[in-house]
Amino acid sequence: MSDPKSLYQEVILDHNRKPRNWGTLAQANHKAEGHNPLCGDHLHVELNVEADHIAAIAFEGESCAICKASASMMTTNVKGKTVQDAETLIQEFRDMATGQLDTDKQAHHLGRLTVFAGVRDLPTRVKCAILPWHTLHAALHSVADTSTESDNDPMHAPIGDA
Amino acid sequence: MSARQSALKPAGASAFDVARIRADFPILATKPAGKPLIYLDNAASSQMPQQVIDRLVRYQSTQHANIHRAVHTLSEIATAEYEEARRKLARFINAREEREVIFTSGTTESINLAMHGWGRKFIGAGDEIVLTTLEHHSNIVPWQMLAEEKGATIRVVPIDDAGELLLDEYEKLFSERTKLVGVTHVSNALGTVNPVKRMIAYAHARGVPVLVDGAQAAPHMTVDMQDLDCDFYAFSGHKLCGPTGIGILYGKAALLERMQPFKGGGDMILSVSFEKTVYNVIPQKFEAGTPPIAAAIGLGAAVDYLTGVGMDAIAAHERALLDYATQKLAGMAGVRIIGTAAEKAAVLSFTLAGVHPHDVGTLLNQEGVAVRTGHHCAQPVMQRFKVPATSRASFAFYNTMTEVDALAAGIVKVQEVFC
Repeated sequence: MSDPKSLYQEVILDHNRKPRNWGTLAQANHKAEGHNPLCGDHLHVELNVEADHIAAIAFEGESCAICKASASMMTTNVKGKTVQDAETLIQEFRDMATGQLDTDKQAHHLGRLTVFAGVRDLPTRVKCAILPWHTLHAALHSVADTSTESDNDPMHAPIGDA
Repeated sequence: MSARQSALKPAGASAFDVARIRADFPILATKPAGKPLIYLDNAASSQMPQQVIDRLVRYQSTQHANIHRAVHTLSEIATAEYEEARRKLARFINAREEREVIFTSGTTESINLAMHGWGRKFIGAGDEIVLTTLEHHSNIVPWQMLAEEKGATIRVVPIDDAGELLLDEYEKLFSERTKLVGVTHVSNALGTVNPVKRMIAYAHARGVPVLVDGAQAAPHMTVDMQDLDCDFYAFSGHKLCGPTGIGILYGKAALLERMQPFKGGGDMILSVSFEKTVYNVIPQKFEAGTPPIAAAIGLGAAVDYLTGVGMDAIAAHERALLDYATQKLAGMAGVRIIGTAAEKAAVLSFTLAGVHPHDVGTLLNQEGVAVRTGHHCAQPVMQRFKVPATSRASFAFYNTMTEVDALAAGIVKVQEVFC
């Protein structure tokens, strides 16, 4: 088991203190809410997708440090990327956090996002790290000005239990 | 406790051999997170002494069969041990009669039993149920389900900034339609000890029965059914040094006899035909199917153990732990203690400025300190204090002042990480 203390590395603490792309966009064509009832974490992600690229992204909410830093680093990593590349990162991040992708041995595109690899040893915290990525996925599949409270959106379902 | 006993046994650690008690709990010598375990999550579940573990082993090794069924010797032994456990529990809570003690799977099932057996029969459209802001979800949701089914209304006793019930408001909530009061004896989220005896007397003067959730009280103080005069009292075995999957619903015999069964099945009947089934007498009427026999016998051993240590001695030691911890944390910058009632038991809820409780919990765990973080299944309490969650240290009689020091040192480390 890796030292879970390494999870609270300076880069994560820094993104928690000074989250990047914090707030809302003047104009967004995709948005979603994410909620983790286990700890009360909730966040709101907005996107502007133009010509299949994520031209702008912002988030805000209330959450633990792991969730907020994950969201902040997510925004810096997907900004300017194609929707397809963002989906790849979502999948890889989720696989890393749940221990299905060993970033030391397998190819991936996660870059510095591997600082979150340690959550795989903290089952109760995996959801904290993944929540922003679930929310991004939901936002990418949302349509502007329609409710994201859709029951048939599997990614919107609350994760965790109370 | 008499004045004479108090003089002989002063409150605090000196009257109490914690080291000897800790030796009874094998788990306290383990290192689940790589460091010596400092277990401060006793409000969620307490640990089990070797005496109870041994009792479970002896039952499974030499006494197990189904109960109330067969004429063979082993079944008679198992039945006798199961009923002996009921007697022990009845004595532990000073019930008038053994048949007032029903084995359930835990506090949640106990409350659900009262809701289905009593509530569904005697609460109807327009009736009112009085609950408090301090209730655990398990003493809220069953009554909401009933209220929805019957068209009844739930009225809620508010609390003040210390986390104490506003008794004036409690009294104002009563009306001619009030049919039941549900109140927790001790708040699991804040530790507030509620004045349940006084609240019961007030309700009884208006002919209203009272259900007390004793899950957080029974492990920490003497609970006396005849003294409290409550109508129902619910608690769990696993918070009482016993196994999981076992709990108690105490009910006054007269009420239990008027109630409808909760679950149908074997053992809860006297006779069954397709024309007519005759239900068994209490408590068997409420114990359909094969019960958790081993767990019940284990719980009997657990209350023997606690009685041997002494509930008054337990309460005094835990009071000293709580006072010391409260004093220590109150003096730390950035720490906000949530719940400052005059009467508290074994629970210290707190927040750290700028740090989410889940981060507190993960980092304390790195120091070996196990606390609970979250809303503690008491979201109305969290809403009242406008926090999404807290960190909660909860004590048992096997905890030490040194462990409180470790908690405080752990909090300093958390603050260093986030500074």
